[in-house]
Amino acid sequence: MTRSVPTTPDTVRRQAAESAAKRRKLARGTATRWRRRTLLGLYLVFVMLPIYWLLNLSFQTNTEILGNFSFWPQNFTIANYTRIFTDSNWYMGYVNSLAYVLMNMLISISVALPAAYAFSRFKFIGDKHLFFWLLTNLMAPPAVFLLPYFQLYYSVGLFDTHIAVALAHCLFNIPLAIWILEGFMSSVPKEVDETAYIDGYSFPRFFVTIFIPMIRSGIGVTLFFLFMFSWVELLLSRTLTATNAQPIASIMTRTSTASGIDWGTLAAAGVLTILPGIVVVYFVRNHIAKGFALGRT
Amino acid sequence: MSLILENIDHVVNGATHIEGVNLELAPGSFNVLLGRTLAGKTTLMRIMAGLEPPTRGRLLMNGEDVTRTSVRRRNVSMVYQQFINYPSLTVFDNIASPLKLARVPKAEINRRVNETAEMLHIEHLLNRYPQELSGGQQQRTAMGRALVKDADLILFDEPLVNLDYKLREEFREELRELFKTRNCIAVYATTEPNEALALGGSTAVLHEGRLLQYGRTDDVYHRPKDILSAEMFSEPPINIVPAMVSGSEVTFDRNIHFPLNQDLENLAPGQYHFGVRASHIGLQPQADDDLELEVKVDIAEISGSETYLHVRNDLFKLVLHLAGIHEFSVDQSIKIYFPTHKIYAFDRSGGVVHIPARPGVQ
Repeated sequence: MTRSVPTTPDTVRRQAAESAAKRRKLARGTATRWRRRTLLGLYLVFVMLPIYWLLNLSFQTNTEILGNFSFWPQNFTIANYTRIFTDSNWYMGYVNSLAYVLMNMLISISVALPAAYAFSRFKFIGDKHLFFWLLTNLMAPPAVFLLPYFQLYYSVGLFDTHIAVALAHCLFNIPLAIWILEGFMSSVPKEVDETAYIDGYSFPRFFVTIFIPMIRSGIGVTLFFLFMFSWVELLLSRTLTATNAQPIASIMTRTSTASGIDWGTLAAAGVLTILPGIVVVYFVRNHIAKGFALGRT
Repeated sequence: MSLILENIDHVVNGATHIEGVNLELAPGSFNVLLGRTLAGKTTLMRIMAGLEPPTRGRLLMNGEDVTRTSVRRRNVSMVYQQFINYPSLTVFDNIASPLKLARVPKAEINRRVNETAEMLHIEHLLNRYPQELSGGQQQRTAMGRALVKDADLILFDEPLVNLDYKLREEFREELRELFKTRNCIAVYATTEPNEALALGGSTAVLHEGRLLQYGRTDDVYHRPKDILSAEMFSEPPINIVPAMVSGSEVTFDRNIHFPLNQDLENLAPGQYHFGVRASHIGLQPQADDDLELEVKVDIAEISGSETYLHVRNDLFKLVLHLAGIHEFSVDQSIKIYFPTHKIYAFDRSGGVVHIPARPGVQ
């Protein structure tokens, strides 16, 4: 029997590639594949577990929650949810939260759009320092500003109003919005602005009809971040409100009564608090990574 | 419609980008701004458009001083190297936008946009959005927007750089056709001497912010004012070799002597730089008085059906532009023929003192 030896360069290369592929395939065998799946599965389980547990609790009665350990509701009930939607003390918490969050989003975006445009397009004295200073606002803990805000709002009669919380949240939301929007705006070439001026657009008209549509995904992402930060913030919103503008997170901390803690309702309220975030994130899911990078790719 | 630039200077943060440019562009002319990168082409165009005011100097349009007039009030249009369109508008709305802003009646807008689109061969794309188009089509849209209004001044800032070779040729030809019938000033910036030659019209050669020469394109090409202008306006750059004229003889490369022929006999004795275009040096003698030079091959660049042959001897390097494919090995000794009747002579300060006669041209 003769053994043929490859001679032409093509054959040699082909055979080398084949054997390399075989080796790689062996190395990447079933064991590796399963190991990967298991690790990923475990990760997902640990991430989802608290959320599942919250959901689980929200459909149980208080006796079941306190009585026995169950992986799924034994006596399935929606009484907890009904309670929230019928008791004005509860649902007004959501209304209040949504009210000041939306106000804050509106204020922040309308202030941040022109500011970000200025930072992205113009050079002025101290622009870089100012821009960085904005970022440092995000580094200060809100607790630092708690007392001045409280005192100030109380003396001008803003205490316990929606706008008070909305304004307070601007402290960290406006810098964030400026940073994200500036990144998105800087990826639009300056020549677009110039072309528009050459065509005869006035600045406001160009900004609204040409420029904003060009960065609409950036605006979407920014709004998402504004929503999230304002929605989850507890310290300022709780301190600056009493009853008229009390946010849901604050109401949730007051479920302990003389008869003990109402675990079921608390869990249902928790689920309802997560939901808006899920809805909002759905709309910006394709651009969210760029948002986390503050609009810079 | 005429445009006059008077002593334009442009200084940014202490760095001079444009220095003392004087230029007069005639009505209905097609002008090429030729220069390498950083020569100041874009800056000059931005000043002409009014996007940036010059630091010093005046800009006159139709005899009227427009130096400080904002770009919105000037009737100009500009096409950039990048494909700049409004992504949220359709191709139709993109082209129509300058007319809409000028409050042109709707029927008129329709007519003119369709006319322009047809001229640019994008009439079937009017309902699409710019992102759905190829690069060439996007640039056509941008040109459509520039051409649709009757601008007094149209600026093209290297509009074809990002397009492929074939499209570029096509565009160039169309552009020349487009401007034959228009009575506006067109300014076209390019880095490529060959593009300037293909476009014709007039050429302004720029170098490091200064205007070297302005005139009819072939005039500037054939009659450069100085070494720099000649170097800028030839691809590959013109070969420059030092030479000495004494009595009735030229000494070249220290040991090569040849008698002054009738072309060069007017040169006074002294040191010169001789310039000869890469395409004029050959591997075979073209005329009886060609100078034979012994050189060594550095490298032979073969591009398509042309060869750029880089050769050297002890004193200078030369580039030959040869038709056809020629292969040489490195350090091979060859003989090349230097046409003495096609020599440009520059004096020591760089000014031209002799321009070779062109047969058939006065």
